[in-house]
Amino acid sequence: MNDFFAMGGYAAFVWPAYGLTAVVLALNAILPCRRERALLRQLAAEAKRQGSQ
Amino acid sequence: MFASWHKYASLMHFHALSQRVSPWCFGLSAVLFAAGLIGGLGLAPTDYQQGESFRIIYVHVPSAWLSMFAYIVMATAGALSLIWKVKLGEVIARACAPLGASFTALALVTGALWGKPMWGTWWAWDARLTSELLLLFLYLGYIALQAAIDDRRAAARAGAVLALVGVVNIPIIHYSVEWWSTLHQPATITKLGAPSIATSMLIPLLLMAFASQVFFFAVLLVRTRCEILEFERHTQWVKALVGRSSMPTVIA
Repeated sequence: MNDFFAMGGYAAFVWPAYGLTAVVLALNAILPCRRERALLRQLAAEAKRQGSQ
Repeated sequence: MFASWHKYASLMHFHALSQRVSPWCFGLSAVLFAAGLIGGLGLAPTDYQQGESFRIIYVHVPSAWLSMFAYIVMATAGALSLIWKVKLGEVIARACAPLGASFTALALVTGALWGKPMWGTWWAWDARLTSELLLLFLYLGYIALQAAIDDRRAAARAGAVLALVGVVNIPIIHYSVEWWSTLHQPATITKLGAPSIATSMLIPLLLMAFASQVFFFAVLLVRTRCEILEFERHTQWVKALVGRSSMPTVIA
């Protein structure tokens, strides 16, 4: 198991590459989904304001 | 009359369809990523020249391919909006840019992390690396252009022109390793004849590449939905949609 994490001496290059990939994938998945939810809430609030006028 | 109805309808239908498709794309990409990681980190043998450092290929090459693929999608969508006035093209092109920029940056950084142990340098001004950096600037230029122009239609037109002019960079990136003598190694997979890679190394790479493509489409669908909602916020169908979706939370 330690051999696996050592990556034959290249751990300092292999794991940051995989870590950054994970970060980019996570941000790409999370941010647009949050933006969509916020946008739907905002549009619903606008619609409600207009409806009550 | 019919024409304008038709245009609205296509965005509306795309929005509804994408809501059904995007969760499946996220799920499929997660399964493919898991399989690719098991194959790439666990099952693939150690490279006889590069040792374990070659495993960076499984994150570097898929992100580099995706950086170019996303640009082709963006330019194609831009062309559709520019030439045939397809509104869906406008929203898809805008949705592509942040995705493409992030994967281009990832390809550059993972490339540097691979270059340091293998070439002895993080960066070199060679043809492949420089043209990929130019791709990042094309994406950033597109994003800046969208932010700078308030009128969305005008921004989409300007962006489409920029994206189409920049397409010339894509074959330059691809063939740079053949046209110039570069530090970057030549293509492993997309050359004539058999790929110069063992099957047990190749399959995880193809899995990771396919996973990234499916992931790209999943995120593209969500981003396109956001663009559609903003673009069409004053239309009846969006008002009806947000009215429906907010029903349970209206009291809260």
